[in-house]
Amino acid sequence: MILHVNNVTKNFGGVTAIKETSFSVDRKEIFGLIGPNGAGKTTMFNIITGNYEPSSGEVIFRNEMIHGLKPHLIVRRGIARTFQNIRLFSSMSVLDNVLIGFDFQARYSFFEAISRFPRFIGEEKRIKKRAFEILDYFGMSAFAHDKAVDLSYGQQRKVEIARALATNPELLLLDEPAAGMNPSETEELGNIIKKAREDFDLTVLLIEHDMKFVNQLCDKVLVLDYGKTIFEGKPSDAIQDSEVISAYLGDFHHD
Amino acid sequence: MTVKKDQWINLSFVFGVIGFIGIANSFFDEYTIRILNNIAIFTILAVSYNLINGVTGQFSLEPNGFVAIGAYVTALLLVSPEAKQYQYAIVDPYPFVLSLHANFVVALVLSGFFATCLALVLSFPVFRVRGDYLAIVTLGFGFIIKIFAINYPEVTNGSLGLNDIPEFSNLYWTGGIAIIAVITVLNIVNSKFGRAMKAVRDDEDAAIAMGVNTFKAKTFAFCTSAFFEGVGGGLLAALLTSISPDLFDFFFTFQLLIIIVLGGLGSTTGAIVGTILVMGGSEWMRFLDEPMKFFGYTTPAMPGLRMVVFSLILIFIMLFAREGIMGKKELKDLFKGRKRSAK
Repeated sequence: MILHVNNVTKNFGGVTAIKETSFSVDRKEIFGLIGPNGAGKTTMFNIITGNYEPSSGEVIFRNEMIHGLKPHLIVRRGIARTFQNIRLFSSMSVLDNVLIGFDFQARYSFFEAISRFPRFIGEEKRIKKRAFEILDYFGMSAFAHDKAVDLSYGQQRKVEIARALATNPELLLLDEPAAGMNPSETEELGNIIKKAREDFDLTVLLIEHDMKFVNQLCDKVLVLDYGKTIFEGKPSDAIQDSEVISAYLGDFHHD
Repeated sequence: MTVKKDQWINLSFVFGVIGFIGIANSFFDEYTIRILNNIAIFTILAVSYNLINGVTGQFSLEPNGFVAIGAYVTALLLVSPEAKQYQYAIVDPYPFVLSLHANFVVALVLSGFFATCLALVLSFPVFRVRGDYLAIVTLGFGFIIKIFAINYPEVTNGSLGLNDIPEFSNLYWTGGIAIIAVITVLNIVNSKFGRAMKAVRDDEDAAIAMGVNTFKAKTFAFCTSAFFEGVGGGLLAALLTSISPDLFDFFFTFQLLIIIVLGGLGSTTGAIVGTILVMGGSEWMRFLDEPMKFFGYTTPAMPGLRMVVFSLILIFIMLFAREGIMGKKELKDLFKGRKRSAK
């Protein structure tokens, strides 16, 4: 068990976005977080990444409580994320976008940077090499010096995942990775995620609406509706569960 | 291989500038040297202001405050105790003010040091807010420094200011420190600190999601910028030989803002281009204020026409090059782009 969300509740004023939700993600699992719009999925992501503090409950990552920590410190502990609407650094090249992920791993001080100290040169060389390794892995090193925003949507999504992997995470959170992609791009993405899990020793937690994608990819899903857990288990069982169906399509049972 | 070539180009640039300073100092007239001094000092200020405003994208309006601090620290340290004795006409200065004395280098370093310390203290309240609010908070700080200078005559001699500052600034000092400032800022921009600053500008939340300590990135930019603004203020005081609070009002910041926006927010070499155009151009256009002859017909002198034309040029540049002359590019990117398209 790498991540354990224990009885988390989040209120925004009078609205309860998440109510007493618990779940656990095992190491190297691909875990899907699904549910209709407004179910609280992204809120859950923001709680895990530290952008929101839970109103009650706890988030435990590798046996340490992480809720209440600053978001950038949670990243440094090994949780990386991508965004629902791709958020690359628009003025920067693909390479620089990935290098940002190495920001806290480059070990040189401000004054070493100003004076171009040997350690600065060595460290820059090291992180550039590793950035190119990651870009190579995604087949993107040919675009390293292009502006990230000039790439196609599918390529931008790859750069965003590459950038997240640069922070050397153990847990990767993907917020609707397949949104806006055509079927072939979606399939390619699914393969990348599966392969990256093996090669980077990753655990993946993802939000997705594309049920075919979820079915193919996820080992386990959690279905949220209005902040409450209505199903937890295998994705193939989820789509047959009456409560899940009624949450998505409305309630057909009239007594 | 390419790194080496880049280094050669940079080195030849530096030597070119040093050579130009040497030639200028011995052959140019006093007026031209004066303008070149101004350009060098404003290069220091613009390049460092651009680090926080352009590279880090934190729209702040306080450089007049830091420049004032630098100028006053340098002035207090350089003016001899005898000269101070008769300058303080409003009230008697504190005894320690009279005893302050140091050489030029120490004065400049201390100017930068005090500005940096203040920036460090300021960054805690200032970077709690983003965007427009940041502009207002820093604007307020600039005003406070000026009001402090007026209302604390025991140290600053109030609105009379300080006079008889030894004229230590010359082209070697201003040009040399300008080179140091540009190299320092470029080295910061081309390091992980610079990347973090740009990431903060592009998307602060995404930067946090990459593990960047955005407060630290902003504070580094702010403090570096304050250091060179302080040093630049010191150079300015030792160039003008007399300073008063009126010199450091908002117009000073405004002028720097024009320079960096014109040159291209976020471009260090753009800030230099902007400085040369604004400082050099506004001097060059002085002929517009004087009587002019067109085809034998003489127009009367029109003081202020210079500023009208200058404003028109600014409007046109902003209309046709919205991101400034250089955009976010550096000079060397332009050469690279040409090479690539030539292939």
